[in-house]
This record gives sequence, C-alpha cells and structure tokens, in this order.
Amino acid sequence: MGKHSEYKDWEDKELASSLNRFPERKERFNNHGGEEIARLAVPDQIDEEYIEKIGFPGRFPYTRGVQPTMYRGRLWTMRQYAGFSTASESNLRYRYLLDQGTTGLSIAFDLPTQIGYDSDHPMAEGEVGKVGVAIDSLADMELLFDQIPLDKVSTSMTINAPAAVLLAMYVAVAEKQGVESSKLKGTIQNDILKEYVARGTYIFPPKPSLRLITDIFRWCTDHSPAFNTISISGYHIREAGSTAVQEVAFTLANGITYVQAALDAGLELDNFARRLSFFFNASSDLLEEVAKFRAARRLWARIMKGRFNAMKPASLMLRFHTQTAGYTLTAQQIDNNIVRVALQALSAVLGGTQSLHTNSRDEALSLPTEDSVRTALRTQQVIAHESGVASSVDPLAGSYFIEELTDRIEAEASELIAKIDKAGGVVAAIEEGFIQRQIENSAYEYQQEIEKGERIVVGVNEFKIDEESKPPLLRVDPEVENSQIHGLKELREKRNNKNVEEALANLSACARNTSNLMPEILAAVKTYATLGEICQVLRNEFGEYRG
Amino acid sequence: MSEQILKGLRDRDPRGIARAISLVEENDPLADEILASLDDSLVDQAMVLGITGPPGAGKSTLTDRIISKYRSQGKRVGVIAVDPSSPLSGGAILGDRIRMMGHALDQDVVVRSMATRGRLGGLCAAAGAAVRILAGSGCSPIIIETVGVGQSEMDIIRLADITALVLAPGLGDDIQAMKAGLLEVADLLIVNKADCAGAETLAMDMESIAREGSGKEKDSAKVCMTVASEGKGIDDLLAAIETVDASHRESGERKARREKAYDLEVLDWAIEMIKPSIIKKIEEGGLDRKGDPRMQAVKLLEKE
Amino acid sequence: MPEQKTYRVLIGKPGLDGHDRGAKFLARALRDAGFEVVYTGIRRTPEEIAAAAVQEDVSAVGLSSLSGAHLRLFPAVVEALKNSGAGDIPVLGGGVIPDEDIGLLKDAGINEVFTPGTPVEQIIAAFRSACETQEARRT
Repeated sequence: MGKHSEYKDWEDKELASSLNRFPERKERFNNHGGEEIARLAVPDQIDEEYIEKIGFPGRFPYTRGVQPTMYRGRLWTMRQYAGFSTASESNLRYRYLLDQGTTGLSIAFDLPTQIGYDSDHPMAEGEVGKVGVAIDSLADMELLFDQIPLDKVSTSMTINAPAAVLLAMYVAVAEKQGVESSKLKGTIQNDILKEYVARGTYIFPPKPSLRLITDIFRWCTDHSPAFNTISISGYHIREAGSTAVQEVAFTLANGITYVQAALDAGLELDNFARRLSFFFNASSDLLEEVAKFRAARRLWARIMKGRFNAMKPASLMLRFHTQTAGYTLTAQQIDNNIVRVALQALSAVLGGTQSLHTNSRDEALSLPTEDSVRTALRTQQVIAHESGVASSVDPLAGSYFIEELTDRIEAEASELIAKIDKAGGVVAAIEEGFIQRQIENSAYEYQQEIEKGERIVVGVNEFKIDEESKPPLLRVDPEVENSQIHGLKELREKRNNKNVEEALANLSACARNTSNLMPEILAAVKTYATLGEICQVLRNEFGEYRG
Repeated sequence: MSEQILKGLRDRDPRGIARAISLVEENDPLADEILASLDDSLVDQAMVLGITGPPGAGKSTLTDRIISKYRSQGKRVGVIAVDPSSPLSGGAILGDRIRMMGHALDQDVVVRSMATRGRLGGLCAAAGAAVRILAGSGCSPIIIETVGVGQSEMDIIRLADITALVLAPGLGDDIQAMKAGLLEVADLLIVNKADCAGAETLAMDMESIAREGSGKEKDSAKVCMTVASEGKGIDDLLAAIETVDASHRESGERKARREKAYDLEVLDWAIEMIKPSIIKKIEEGGLDRKGDPRMQAVKLLEKE
Repeated sequence: MPEQKTYRVLIGKPGLDGHDRGAKFLARALRDAGFEVVYTGIRRTPEEIAAAAVQEDVSAVGLSSLSGAHLRLFPAVVEALKNSGAGDIPVLGGGVIPDEDIGLLKDAGINEVFTPGTPVEQIIAAFRSACETQEARRT
C-alpha cells in the first residue's frame, strides 16, 4: 500500500521546502530506548474527509499546525510578559530573563500608559508603575531597552489604544541604536475591539481607532515588514469570563473586522494578512483547549479563503501567542498554581502555539517575584525538553474525542460569528451590548458553579487548609510615581518645546484629514513630546469613547 | 431629621434631594411634608421629557448628549433613569448612569436611577414624585429614561410632557412588535446610529407608521436622525423638542396630559396606601378561606 | 408577603483598572439577593463615585480594584464621601489585596475588605449588614 497522493504531495512540497530552509533541531528524534519518534502520525487510510478536515501541517486548512515540522524545527518562543515600576527597573528584569533563556521580550505597560495619560495626570494617581512599566516619553523608552540590541530580540508590546505612539518610540530607539526599522521584529497588540468588551483600556471611539490601526498596517508594510502589526486577542475575552467557543468566535469576528477595515482603507490583502497574529488563553480544560486551538486555526483559514479570497498560504495561517489563564490562579495554596500552569501550557503546546507565556504562581496575590517567574519559565522548558510532546507534530490528531470537539467548537463559533454578522458586525454588536452580555452571562454561570460547589476549585471550595505562611510579595515602591513625575517635569523643561508644539500641531492637522498618522506621531515622539500630550491631541480630534 | 432634609432640599444640596426622593419612594411619613414644601411654580413650569426605546438603541448615550447640550444653555437638568427589577429577587441592576458619568461632578445634573420594583402601578407614584422633587429643586428639563417594554414603563412615560421614541437600525425583529405601541405615545421619533446601514429605511418606516397612526395629529411626525456617540443631530433634536413643547403649551395638550398624569398618580398613590392595610388584614388571619378568593376580597374591602 | 426592605448599593471601579469581571459578578449576585445595585462602570475617579453614591442615596458603596492601586484609591473614595457630606455611607472593598494591606484599609475607613476566593454569600451578608446598620443610623 503506497502513500496517499496528497501525503506524497505534501512531503514533496511543504515538508521538503521547510526541511530545506529550516533543518530540524535533531537529525533523529528518539525515545529512551532508541526508537525513532514519528514526525507526523497519519491514519493508514487517508480519505477525502481527512484531507478536508485534518490534513497536513503547514497546508490548508492548517488544523495540524502552521509549519510542516512544528517544534521539531524550532521550539515555540518562550515569551514572558513582564514590566513594572520604572523603565530602568524593567530593563534589569528583561536582561535577567534573556540571561535565563527567554527568547523574546514581552512588555507590560502600566495603566496610565495604556490609556494615554502621563504619569502626572490626575487619573494616573496611584496607578503609576503598578501593573507594568510607566512610559511617558522617548526618554523612558531609551532606558527600557538600554543594552538590549533591538535587531537581535523580538519584542511584544501589550499596547492598544496608543499602540502607534509606543511603536513610534520603539522605532525611534532602534534608530538611535543604529537599527533600521526594517530589521525590527516583534508584535504590538493593537487590538482595540476587545478593549471595548473585555479589557477596558480604550481611548477613542471605534471609527478613529480603526483608522489608527489601519494606518499602522500600512506604515509597517512599507517600513517594518517583519513586525506583527496586531495581535488579535481572545485572551482577555476569556479572562472576562467567556467560554472557549465564545473566545474563538469573538476573536475571529474581530479579526474579520480588522481585515475588512484594512481592505476598505485600500490595503492589499496579502500584504497585511500575513502580519496578523492572534493571542489566545490556555485555560484549565486541557482537551477542550487543544481542540479550541485547532478549531480556531482551521476556521480562520476557511474564513480567509472563503470570505476574503486570500490565496497565499501566509495569509491563511492563524499564528498565535498563548498565555495561561490568569483567572484560574488561586490566592489559596499558591503552589497549586504551578500545576495548573503546567497543564495549561501543555494544552497550548499540544494545540500548536507559536509562543507562550506561563503565569507565575503568585500572580493572584501581586506582581510575580523573580523566583516565581523563573519557575514559570522552567515549566515551559520542562515541557519542551522533557515531556516529549515537542517531538511529533500535532500528536493528538485523530483522537475521536479531540476531532469531534474540534469540529464542534468550529461549528458553534461559526454560528456565533454569523449572529454577529446579522447584527451588523462587531462594532454594532459592541454598541448594542450583545458581545458584552454573552461574556457576562458565561462569567456569571461559571462563578455561580464555583459558589455552589458544582465546580471544584482545589484549595478554594474543596481541599482547603488553614494557611499561615504567606509568600514574599513584590511591591512597587510608591516613590516610583514621584520619581516618574519628577522626570517628566525635568523633561518638559529640558526639551525644545517649540519643536514639540510644532509637531503636535502637525499631528492635529493630520488627524483632521485622512493621511497616515504614523509619520507625524514618529516625528512627535522624536521631539520628546510625551505620550499624554500626543494622545491629548488625538482625544481633542477624535473624541473619547465612554464605556 | 426632617428639618435637615427639608433644608437640604431647599438649599439644593445633593444629599438632601437624594434623601427626599428615597423617603418619598419608600412612602415614608415625611413624604407629605417633603412634597408640600416644593415650589409649585417651578414644578408647573418644568419640562418633563420622556425618552424611551428598546435596549441597544442608544438611549443613555443620547441622554448624555442631550444633558450636555442643555447644560451648555445653562439649564439645570434632572434625569430619572428607570430599569426593570428582577421578578425573582426584586433586586435590580441600575446601569444607565454609566453613560452619563461624565456629568457626575456637575451639581446641576441630578441623576437618579430607579427600579420598577414590580409595583402595582406604584412606580408612577414614586417616579412622579421624584420628578416633582427634581423640578422643585430647579431642574428643567427633567428627562425620564426608560426601556419601553413592560406596562409599568409605558405608564411612567405618561408622566412626561413630551415623549421621544428612540430606535436604531439592526436591532432585530422584536422591534417591529414594539414599535406600534410605542409610536402611539411618541411625540418625537428618533433614529439613532443614523450613520449605520438601514437607518434611512428605518426612518421612512417609522414615518409611515406614525402617519397612519391612530388619528393623532401626526402630520408633523418628523423623524430626527442622530449619531449620539458622535454628538450628531442633537441640535436639531432639541429644536424639535422645543417646537413640540411650544405647540403643546399653546394647544392645551400639555395641560391635558398633566391632568391625566395627575389622576393616574392619585390612583397609584391610593393603591400604594391601601395595600399595607390589606396585607396586614390577610396576615392577621382575617380570612376564612371559604368560597372564591374574589369573594374574600369583596368582604375584605367591605370591612375597610 | 411582607414587603422586605430593598437596599440600594453602589458598585464602583475607581482608577484605571478595566477588569470588571468581579465587579459585575458581584453586582448580579447582589441583585439576585434582592439589592438594587447602581453600577458606575470602569475608570472612575473617587470624586465621581462619591457624587454618584450621594445622588443615588445608596446605603453602602462597594469598590473593586485589581491593579494594586487600592491603598491610594479606596481611602480616596472615603475621603470624597466625607467631602460630600456623606461620610456616614459605609464603604466595602475587594480585589487583589495583600493581607498586610487589610489593616491599613480598615484604618482608613473601609468597613470590610474581601480578597480573592471569598465566597459571595459572605460578601452579600456583609453588604446586608452594612446597609442595615446604615439604615438604623438614619432613622
């Protein structure tokens, strides 16, 4: 019995080309005992249904993964989200993480930065440096990446409403390091739609927000083609309480909205579609999560092909980052969180993630300490190097349970997307409150199950103990706020304020017409105009969204 | 205690106004004194504007914009935002304020959320009194915002001098059913989210239903187009409100409505007042549970 | 059949933290326990929350913060209430709050502090008791 022609075709094309360009990490993947581990297990009889639904990795519909060899070629990027206090202090943490073997940076900004307020804004009081690093101007960004060569690392920035400003600062820092913008690798989250329904760091109304996003798409296509211009995030939708199906549906529906907005802005589909990336949650139901990742990948490929007629493979592939589920962490018996995170991380790897953040055990209490961050990273390394799951591509494929669940999640998510279409699309569904209500209802049911003891959370409503000892907590020194405000004051005195005003006036004019905002924002950050000043100009022009 | 509240009310102190509304809503013995202390001329002159429409039409955002506009004219604005109570628990989530929080620090914007409390009518009584307390504290206009679904919400709209119905495109099929009933009570029709697909069709649709509607003087049934989220169309809307108000004042319609509302409220208060004594009688075991419950009720009332 | 007293409470999210899953859950749980719950939405200043609490004449205020800014923001709400002549309204708070902060918050006038994992029944009971106390004080 020979190989199915499709299988052979895949081997000759996608696989051969991939092996050619990126050899696998080892010549042979063995078990203990010397037996070779199969790169890709397939059924004896490959039929049409298999090809249509499951197929081969690196080939439509991408159920089994976006690369032909997956982790045999390269492990996922271990990317730990971090940042707190001041730029210099975060810089130390990044350099520590790089020393410990993380392969990508992930910047957490504080809330004032995420909402476009300077550290001295009244609304920023008490929040400076708390959940991430405070960035007021290019000066802070220079400190943040001090001694970190931006042509060598890939940097992910969790920034949405003011993404254009932070991206501009990143480009400006690179320029000072002598790195061209075309050499930059990384991701900005830049996903405003989920902010309206789940995360809350919106500034402007939907329309101008979408303009900012498509302006970034266009600018990056021309200047920074290796940068992922958006990370369409289901993570926070899940954190807000959605089900797995809702996470997939709302995230892909948001994705559809961005694609449509970019097309409407006149962008070429295959130019920007390959730079769309996704971000999902890895929650506790291990098998459901594996199926969710596979379903999302297949559904997105079908949407891009069916709805938008995308042709290039790169435009069809759903590449995603994963973070383990913060909402499942408990403040009780916190070491149990290490186990939760390990299982969740495993689901992400079995589901074919491109990069992964593992939460730290103490995050239900405060910011993670260095020790717990290390354990979280080690968890990924154990999965990568000891568990064996990275040796074979999509090892759970073909399980009746997994395939059925994958089909079901895809079908239910499609239905939900159809409902949103019928309601006039995502923006209309947000304004009407449809998406928020769905998430709220799911969150309420989930929590009620816990309250009633129908859902067991170990250490919280079952298997409780009296806990005496509390672990050491990391706290942000309240002085950070003062020093940040002080630095800002100095900056405003030191810089050339005439240049700043000029740049801001240009930006204001640009916001009123339709030309791309990125060049003006870049020019403004280079004068050391602050984030708050730049966002205030845009607030004046665009108005503010009220939740 | 009562002196303090009455003084607060006189001084337009936010706490005094708020306490006064609560006491009246709870049918407290002080209610009479509070209501008697109000400045009648202010109450008579105030304009009461009802804004109703289905969930998702953008009522709260629209209200928020209308408030801003009236504030820029120097008017002191009152808002009564009504949300339904849960029939199971009797509780309620009052979330209309969220969209109006931009005015939270403005002492001349008095917002009060109110739950329907599943009362027999009583809502009208409580809301009517709240409207008068706001009017007595210098608010005009007073906006009553409510979802136009249940009977109690329909009743409460009768407290308004002018009623505006807000719809938006894309809200689904159940709107159709709702429209007819609401259109009957509406003086003004608003299509919000007028920048969305389907807005024109909806406007034409509403206009034609309004024209056919119930022999009322609807020739002027003009549809106002707004995009509340961007503040568009609010000027025209306010002008339209003013026109209707002027014509109602001139034609006597305003007076006629107020008289009807007055009667309705008297009925509501009467029911509210009589209920406790009946409940008490039932609880004290005044029933022999013989014969039909209806007959028992007749007997009970005869003893009243 | 006897009409139970309906308490009005306000749930607010001071500061910039947008994580309102907990606040919304509590609002609904309180509604289901018979409370009328005014919800302010996210990203409010302490002064806005206090002003809304006064206008709505609530018997208790509940605050939620997950961003670590509670030591600044919760006492600021208490302060803002006092400045509005409503210092008598009890304030309860919850969120990601380290144990050692609980005492500090109570000293600053927060009646009760709830940390993750507290059963909702316990929180509802605390609201009820705060409302009863407040009501008794008023009459």
